[in-house]
Amino acid sequence: MDVVADKTQLDISASVELLRERWPDAISHDNRDGFSGIIVDPAQLDDVALAMRDELGFDYLSSVTGVDYLGVADHMEVVYHAYRTSGGPALVFKAQTGRDDPRVPSLVSVWPGADFQEREAYDLYGIHFEGHPDLRRILLWDGFDGHPLRKDWQEAYYEEEHKPFDSRWPGGQVYRAEEKNVFGKNVKYPDDFDLGRLNDVSESDLYQGLGLGVDVQALDSDGLRTDRLVVNLGPHHPSTHGVFRMVVTLDGETIASLDPVMGYLHRNHEKIGERNSFLHNLPFTDRLDYISSMSNNLGYALAVEQLLSQGARYSPPTYRAECLRVLMVELTRIVNHLWSLGFLLNDLGAFFTPMLYANNEREKILDFFEATAGSRLMCNYMRFAGVYRDIPERIRSVANLVNDKVRDYNTMDYLTEMVNERLPRFLDEYDTLLTRNEILRERTVGVGVLLPEDAIALSTCGPLLRASGVPYDVRRADPYSIYPELDFDIPIGKNGDIYDRFLVRFQEMRESVRILRQILPRLERSQGEEVMSKVAHTPRVPVGEAYGRVENPKGELGYYVVSEGDPKGPQNPWRYHVRAPSFINLTALGPMCVGHKVADVVTILGSIDIVLGETDR
Amino acid sequence: MYGQGIARGLLVTMKHIARSYMDDIRYAGRKYSGEGNFGARQGMQATGSYTVQYPDEKIAVPERFRFIPFLIVEDHDHPERPGHDWCTSCGICAKVCPPQCIWIVRGKNPQTGRPVPEPDAFYIDIDICMNCGYCSEFCPFDAIKMDHDYELASYDRTSAHIFDKQKLSKEMSHWKRIAPTTALEEMQARGGWEHKDILREKAKAERAAARARKSASKQSS
Repeated sequence: MDVVADKTQLDISASVELLRERWPDAISHDNRDGFSGIIVDPAQLDDVALAMRDELGFDYLSSVTGVDYLGVADHMEVVYHAYRTSGGPALVFKAQTGRDDPRVPSLVSVWPGADFQEREAYDLYGIHFEGHPDLRRILLWDGFDGHPLRKDWQEAYYEEEHKPFDSRWPGGQVYRAEEKNVFGKNVKYPDDFDLGRLNDVSESDLYQGLGLGVDVQALDSDGLRTDRLVVNLGPHHPSTHGVFRMVVTLDGETIASLDPVMGYLHRNHEKIGERNSFLHNLPFTDRLDYISSMSNNLGYALAVEQLLSQGARYSPPTYRAECLRVLMVELTRIVNHLWSLGFLLNDLGAFFTPMLYANNEREKILDFFEATAGSRLMCNYMRFAGVYRDIPERIRSVANLVNDKVRDYNTMDYLTEMVNERLPRFLDEYDTLLTRNEILRERTVGVGVLLPEDAIALSTCGPLLRASGVPYDVRRADPYSIYPELDFDIPIGKNGDIYDRFLVRFQEMRESVRILRQILPRLERSQGEEVMSKVAHTPRVPVGEAYGRVENPKGELGYYVVSEGDPKGPQNPWRYHVRAPSFINLTALGPMCVGHKVADVVTILGSIDIVLGETDR
Repeated sequence: MYGQGIARGLLVTMKHIARSYMDDIRYAGRKYSGEGNFGARQGMQATGSYTVQYPDEKIAVPERFRFIPFLIVEDHDHPERPGHDWCTSCGICAKVCPPQCIWIVRGKNPQTGRPVPEPDAFYIDIDICMNCGYCSEFCPFDAIKMDHDYELASYDRTSAHIFDKQKLSKEMSHWKRIAPTTALEEMQARGGWEHKDILREKAKAERAAARARKSASKQSS
């Protein structure tokens, strides 16, 4: 037992050595400049992964993604980031495979959380994960031809390989993309594809395996003839918080199985990100989880800063910039949780009273965002090595017309009052309004239970994971910014049901207020410091890879960024992957719903707190 | 006791209802008048709710609010260069634009064919613009700024949503009015209310004049 306990404490390099001793031929160091981790022979991947999980204690698979190195090394690569739930840095391992028929063994049997992520890599790269129980497209529709994230694939309205486009300047005669590139001309269909039969082709795979058309008599326990029924919840339904569809098999009113269908909002964010330059991507990250854009910015900024810090002429953000970042991110957490709790209650039928009370406070925070960053939702506030601008002296508006309503507050007074009085007062009131409410408890206690083992295995993150009793928070486990010097607790739940998720979110808001109280004096102290080092519009990003992750309000948001090519020329990320918490948390939706009533599905979905902008990307 | 939680919650709701009336009573007759009333009713001390009757009333947006860029031109009553572009068509805004919605035709001297520092044409496709504010952030000449006018809906996007130079151009005094603090900060960074190039030329001319004066005084002495 002692030996095993020791092994789970080993640091990354010792763990790697241990694995290399056991599989000297299958494992090699990733020696490319700026890269880290190990490259594992796909033939041995299963065994190595099992050893990582069971012996070394890397029980949490955070991110799985593909990279196409066409023109650089002519192979595809699958990159895995595994963590320990006890904390610490990632064990990065990669499997390489040829581009023509990319095949890698599936790790779903080792980490079930790899399910959706492997399907995504299959969808967008065409990498076959052998042994995957249900390898279908996930974001795109089944009749789609090609794999869009491959480097040689061109999207509809393709203009040029990289931004900035040459047609914009100096001879920028304006045209609309659809004029030059009429939609339909550059959309390719598979040879045997018949648009008229779209429904049959794309849906048959989905309905297979849902247990339909099976033995009707077997379901019949009391002599009653019953049948299973398939119900599509969504995609257009207010309770799905966006365009999201759940194909539910019902046995009476009980859920027999649930299959989430997504991708209705898919825009291939990652392909856009690879056409963009590094700086261009920042405002695009706002559009992922549009409730909490500030934290999205931060994750990407951290990833690129990791790369930038490898090169010359990089100065890290100043202390004040870090304080401002934490201020914004924690306010965002409150914004997000107010929103999600309000809508959770909405889903339960408490129609809009809790929602509007919560939104009332959210508005106050958004007013501050608007005055500081310039926008309420799409903040675009973080920059590489700093933030956009310091907080203004006054939150002030100027009237343009007679009836314009004008406000004028001192910003620091506004913040102090909000953090010290208004938010705590509101949270107490909200607590009285909801927490002991019997209807809420009836509907949520014991519903949608997720056991801690399952929560970890399914790679869930954020409040969903913590409500199951796993004290895993990136701010603690793998700290960034100035979190190490701040005093806060990680609230966890006991039972892993919806009620616990509700309580965890509530408690997290209180902890955020506690963090904000520590930030305000720091802001006073650092008054006048620069908040942004001079960043060129084309930052020179050294070659390499980086995985920046932050604890977003919805869970762990990770950005896997690869920089290739000449740092002196115009540069674009070779790979830009978003590990979206809402997307991966949905892996747990099916298992959580089975056995509950159809009315609970809506609540369970609401308790995961998804945003479709991030899920579908 | 079962039902206590609901009862307590309902008390909170009752309190909210009462508060919204209390506020209206406190501000009776002053809804549409009174300096600072709106700020108090929407600020941190606010308890009730206050509905802004859009579009009859609007909440004025804060200074840093950003929506669709505009180009700064010299005021039309400027003594020397009325209506002159601040833009030098350097193309930086077009390069940093994330969705690539800016199109610039660089100005050319018709005789020599050499570039001149002003745009021949300048287009922004406002359907594509994502209001990130990079163009104004990275413009070295403070020539492109983010506007406050957010009511841009129109009946036909194909004809009305590509803004040309004429539609984009707004006077410097507009920028001073909508963002006084920022405009002041930028002026201090530039060293004057004029365009950077003009200031530089003026400084040059001044130096030359000072030299001339110096040599003249030398000769005379």
